[in-house]
Amino acid sequence: MAETINMPKLGFDMAEGLLVRWVKQVGENINKGDILAEIETDKATVEVESHASGVVLQLIVEQGTMVPVNAPIAVIGQAGEKVDAPAAAPSKVESPKPDAAPQTQPTPAPTTQTSAPAETVVSDAALNESKDQPSAGPVKASPLAKKIAKDKNVNLAALQGTGPGGRVVRKDVESAIASGQPSAVSRPSAPTSVQPVIVSHDDQVIQTTKLRQAIGRRLVESKTTIPHFYVTHEYKMDALMGMRKQANEYLPDNEKLSVNDFILKAVALTLRQFPNLNATIKGNEVIQFGHVNVGVAVTVPGGLMTVVVKDTDQKMLRQISSEVKTMAGRARDGKVKPDDVDGSTFSTSNLGMYDVEDFIAIINPPEAAILAISSAREVPVVEGGQVKPGWRMKATISVDHRVSDGAEAAQFMQKLAEFLENPVRMLV
Amino acid sequence: MAKITMREAISQALMEEMDRDPAVFIMGEEVGVWGGTYAVTKGFYDKYGPDRIKDTPIAENAIIGGAIGAAMVGQRPVAELMTINFGFSAMDYIINQAPKLHYMFGGQFKVPMVIRAVGGGGRQLGATHSQTPDAIFAHFPGLKVVSPGTPEDAKGLLKSAIRSDDPVLFIEHATMYQVRGEVPEGEYTIPIGKSKVQREGSDATIVTYCKGLELSMKAADELASQGINVEVVDLRTLRPLDMEPIIESFKKTNRAVVVEEGWKSYGVGSEIVSRIYEQAFDYVDAPIIRVAQKEVPLPYNRTLEQAALPQVADIVSAVKEVLK
Repeated sequence: MAETINMPKLGFDMAEGLLVRWVKQVGENINKGDILAEIETDKATVEVESHASGVVLQLIVEQGTMVPVNAPIAVIGQAGEKVDAPAAAPSKVESPKPDAAPQTQPTPAPTTQTSAPAETVVSDAALNESKDQPSAGPVKASPLAKKIAKDKNVNLAALQGTGPGGRVVRKDVESAIASGQPSAVSRPSAPTSVQPVIVSHDDQVIQTTKLRQAIGRRLVESKTTIPHFYVTHEYKMDALMGMRKQANEYLPDNEKLSVNDFILKAVALTLRQFPNLNATIKGNEVIQFGHVNVGVAVTVPGGLMTVVVKDTDQKMLRQISSEVKTMAGRARDGKVKPDDVDGSTFSTSNLGMYDVEDFIAIINPPEAAILAISSAREVPVVEGGQVKPGWRMKATISVDHRVSDGAEAAQFMQKLAEFLENPVRMLV
Repeated sequence: MAKITMREAISQALMEEMDRDPAVFIMGEEVGVWGGTYAVTKGFYDKYGPDRIKDTPIAENAIIGGAIGAAMVGQRPVAELMTINFGFSAMDYIINQAPKLHYMFGGQFKVPMVIRAVGGGGRQLGATHSQTPDAIFAHFPGLKVVSPGTPEDAKGLLKSAIRSDDPVLFIEHATMYQVRGEVPEGEYTIPIGKSKVQREGSDATIVTYCKGLELSMKAADELASQGINVEVVDLRTLRPLDMEPIIESFKKTNRAVVVEEGWKSYGVGSEIVSRIYEQAFDYVDAPIIRVAQKEVPLPYNRTLEQAALPQVADIVSAVKEVLK
C-alpha cells in the first residue's frame, strides 16, 4: 500500500515551503526516518524524514518548487507497485504565488552572482575573500577539496558541493578550476615590477536569502503594527558573576554555564509572575500563555534565528545551558529542527559578547515583549559614598503597548533584579 | 605456475622447512596420527615420526608453554592451536611470555616459534569457536601476527615465520583451506611485514586481509562489471603493519573501505582508518567506511551466522557509499 508524503508544517505560521533538494530519487530504497528531502521555510533549511519505508515510487514536485503545507510531495511503496492517485495535488502545487517565482532558485553563495564586467577583477575579489575573510559558517568540504582549493586559490564558499549533504569534494573543486573559477593572480605575465593592490570599485549585487527576506517581512510587520515602548534597567551582576565562577569550577569545559543561561532562568521565573508579558494579542483578546518558553536569538549565516527553551521556568540551569548550546549549534549549521524554533512565548536577544552598553530589540511577533541584554561590564559604582569597581549590566525590554503599560514593564524589570542580583533565589 | 589449495600450500611450507632444518618440529592436538584437524599435517607423522610430530594433551597452555621452552633452547617449534579461540586458555604464554622474553632478559634468549591458529567463522561452530580475534593479538608489541589470504602468500609467509627469530602468530581461516591459487614452483619466501596490492584500480581502495581478501576480490569483480575499478590492498601481516602501499593507493583514489571479518569496535579496520587519517589527511575526499562483523556473538544458525558475517554485497554497497 503506497503512502503519500506531504509537505510538513514546521511552525505555527508556516504556510509553504521551498523544496530545495531531493535526497532520495525515484527507485531508491528508503526506511522510516531516512531523509527524503530538504526544504527551506521562513526560518530554516530543514530535512524532511520519511514516515514510511519502501521504495520511492514518485516525486510529485520538482526541486525549487514552493509547496503549500500538507500538499503531497512524494509517494513511497513497494517496488513495482502502481501509484494510484498522484494527481490530486499537483494542481495546487503548480500554482505557487506569482511573487514567489523569482525566488525558486536558491542562491547559496552571493559571490557567484555579480554584475561586475571585468572578469579578472572579480576573481581577484573572490581570491581576497577566500584568503582574508572567514566565510559565514564553516564550508562543508572534504580535506582533499580544501587542500586543492587552498593550493589553487579557489573560494570554497562559492562552490556548490555534490557530495553527501552538499559536501564539496575533489570533483567540485576540479570542475570549478576547469571552468575558470580560480584566480589568475599568480600568472607571471605582468611586466610591471610592482603590482598595485587591486581594489574593486564595482557595486556588488547580492541576492537576499529566504531567511533574510523572512526577517525583513516579520520585523517590518512588527515595527509598523506594534506600538513599542521601552524600559531600561541596570543590574548589579557581582553576585551572579561570582556564583557562575563557582558553579563552573565543578563543570567540564563543554558544560560551563554562560551569563545568559542565568538570565534566561531569571527571565522565565519573573515571567511566571508577569503573565501579561508572556502573552500575545489577538483582536480584542490577550492570550496569556500557560507555558513559559523563552526564545534566544542566535546569529546564523545570513541572518538570525530564535531557538526556544521549552518550559524554561521548570528547567535546571544546566539543562537550559545544554539545550541552548545544542540548538544554537544546529541553527548555525543550518540543521535546525522545527521544534527548536517553534513555540516561543517571550524572546531575548543578547549582544553581551560584543561589549555593548545598551540596545533595544524589535518584538518578535506574535509575542508581546522582548528583552535586549547588553554586556556585563566592570564599572565604577558609588556605594555608601565610595567609588568602587562593580559588575553592572543593562537590559532593555520592548513591550507591545496594546498589551501592557510602562509601570508593569518597569515592575517586571525590578522583579528580574531580585533574581539576577540574588541568584541563589533561582536555585530554591 | 601450479594451482594448489591453501591446505597444500601450508603443508608444503611446513614440509620444506622441516626438510631444510632439523630444529623445526610440530606439536599440537591431533597433528600426528590423525593428520591435523584440517588435514594440514596428513602424512607428516609417518614421514618424520613421533619425535618431530608431537601429539599433545588438550592443554593449550602446555602446548604454547612447551613450545616457548623448546624455542628458548634452540629448537624451532611450530605449535598448532586447533582454533584460535583455544588460544585464550594460553593467553599468558602467547602475550606475556613469548613476545617479552627476549626483551626482558636483555637479549639472552630468542623465542623462534610459530603458533599456527585457525580462526574465523562461517562453519557453524557456534559463538565460542568462530571468532576472529586477530586485533587482540596484534595489539601487543613483540608478537608478529601474520594472516594470509592466498596460497602463494600462505606458503611464502609461513616459511618466513618459521625462519624468524621472533614468535609469530600465523592465523589461517577455517573456510579457506580449499581456496586454490597459483604458487611459484620451487623455493621462495615472502617477507613478513609487507602489504601488497592484489588488484589494481583507480576509483577507490579496499584495504583487507585473509577472508576479507577473498570477499573483496569478488566484490571488485562485481563492481568492475558496473564500471567501478577498485584497488585491493592486502595487509598479509597485521604486526608489523606496512602502511606504505595503502597510503600510496589512497593518495591515488582518495576514498577507501576497510574490510575485516572481526568486529568493528576496536578492530583492525579502526587502526587502518586512523592511520590513513593521520598519514594522508589532505587526501581524504570522503569518510572511510569499515565493513566488519555485526556486533553480536556469532550465531550458530546458518542464516543468522551469514547475516552477521561481512558479505560481498556489504563491500559493494560500502564502496558505492564512499564514492557518493
